[in-house]
Amino acid sequence: MSSWVKNLIVGIVIVAVLYVVNAMLSSSGFFGLGVDDYQGRLLAFIAINIILATSLNLINGFTGQFSIGHAGFMAVGAYSSAYFTVNYGKALESSFAFMGEIGAASVVLLIAIVIGALVAALAGLIVGIPSLRLKGDYLAIVTLGFAEIIRIVILNIDAVGGATGYQVPGYANFLWIGIFAVITVVVIHNIVKSDTGRALISIREDELAAEAMGVNTTRYKVTSFVIGSAFAGIAGVLFAHYNKFLSTNDFQFIRSFEIIIMIVIGGMGSMTGAILGAIVVTLLPEILRQLPGIQIGDSVFQVADLRLVIFALILILTMILRPQGILGTREFGLSWLKRPRKDSEGDEGDATDKGVPIAQQSEAKKMQSEEDKK
Amino acid sequence: MLTLENVSVSYGAIEALTDINLEVGAGEVVTLIGANGAGKTTTLRTITSLLNPRIGRVMFEGKQISGIPAHKLVPMGIAMSPEGRGVFANLTVRENLEMGAYIRSDKKGIAADMERGFRMFPRLKERESQKAGTLSGGEQQMVAMARSLMSRPRLLLLDEPSLGLAPLVVHTIFEAIDEIRAEGTTILLVEQNANAALHHSDRAYVLESGRIVMQGDSRELANDPRVKEAYLGE
Repeated sequence: MSSWVKNLIVGIVIVAVLYVVNAMLSSSGFFGLGVDDYQGRLLAFIAINIILATSLNLINGFTGQFSIGHAGFMAVGAYSSAYFTVNYGKALESSFAFMGEIGAASVVLLIAIVIGALVAALAGLIVGIPSLRLKGDYLAIVTLGFAEIIRIVILNIDAVGGATGYQVPGYANFLWIGIFAVITVVVIHNIVKSDTGRALISIREDELAAEAMGVNTTRYKVTSFVIGSAFAGIAGVLFAHYNKFLSTNDFQFIRSFEIIIMIVIGGMGSMTGAILGAIVVTLLPEILRQLPGIQIGDSVFQVADLRLVIFALILILTMILRPQGILGTREFGLSWLKRPRKDSEGDEGDATDKGVPIAQQSEAKKMQSEEDKK
Repeated sequence: MLTLENVSVSYGAIEALTDINLEVGAGEVVTLIGANGAGKTTTLRTITSLLNPRIGRVMFEGKQISGIPAHKLVPMGIAMSPEGRGVFANLTVRENLEMGAYIRSDKKGIAADMERGFRMFPRLKERESQKAGTLSGGEQQMVAMARSLMSRPRLLLLDEPSLGLAPLVVHTIFEAIDEIRAEGTTILLVEQNANAALHHSDRAYVLESGRIVMQGDSRELANDPRVKEAYLGE
């Protein structure tokens, strides 16, 4: 009960903060504090990427099913909801006119989100049932293939603009995107902490043993895939109605890889890791864009031109120095400030001293320190 | 309790098990011994429906269980401790045991059974909140066994519990098997360590190239010259 109240308070505080940030981002500004469009867009994309990264983390990080077709489900959510708002948005807005301009637009957006989530979940179900019989690399290839199939099918549907792109009304703003990012994180966090989450983690750890514990592994793998896809769909809806323009180029496999990079960098199987990864991967190329030029002789060499090369190098270095991601499977929280980090809880232990009893390690350490004293 | 009737299993064109007839009575500890590749694990996989018999059927308490997915066998009263232990490496010992009680919802009973598990393996109590992947092989085997008992099975299938363990730890594991038997759980023990298996079981089956070549009372088999020569190295 008390933790429930705590979560509620945290939720209200976050929404209040989002409201203030949203007001600051709006063109008029909040008490005259306007943030320019570029930074506003960046914040919105960070929030969208948080939705994508945490939902993919449910499939890849917690259930251990290596899916690399997340952009496909995002595209399904984006296009299905955009088709709805383009064709029925205006009519719905006028029938909800009694709620005022903002209220009516919000209703349309919420309906669009439900549609996008449901259609993406259905797509996840259709793709998931046959492909989750596969493991590892094979599953990765199949999900990548499905994502490309989805993209190319959409590219050939003239009703959603085909190759010329699709104009979408801009129902989403930063406040809505932020609220749904919070909802996504809370929902996925609760799933992971629930019995269902424990079943998903057991599948990641050892599928055969999970089955031997009575976990219906097929059903849980499909469930996690469908939930992940639904949230990817929501991210797609928000992206479509914030960007106001859709092109299938936004959903190429490079987009799927970007989301993979976020969770790998942040730490697979860590909620806060996925969020951190989403922030880093969204911001880093933009920060690198602002690198100064170097004067060489008469000409100026723009280091910023190399931003993608530097970005790639940073990713490679991260993987060499911290192969388990920035946070590994750990969670970042206020508790980090309270207690000193203990070695025995480290996740890096798994790789290096597998099978060595901790007692022996600490004994060895004790012996070493005693030797040091001598 | 558990019966295999004329079971034959093939991997493609290769027959792994031929005409296996095996019976485990309630309260018994039955062991299945044999060399590498004799078909011991295949037999267990057939019982847990990870493989389907080409001919024959598997019966549990009068019901046919061949074809029933493995996860549905747990509520029926069958638990398995898989070969190679299969602990959930990134979960703590306690969480591993909680996963063993996955199908149960009676919190009190689960807590009581967890205490029983810790009594059986006091070492696990010390390691309670440690990640299972950081434990030694023997401790992981203890986790796997304690975990499989958490579903309160009537039949426990143990796949090579002594595999790759130090002799002292093997001793602990077999003592635990005696204890589980004393509490009334039926056990089918698949083992390579024929000596220990024969000394801690009631009846035994000897598997060779997918066929049962010998069966009978464990003590008698332990004294059988053919078994002695082939499996006990005497």
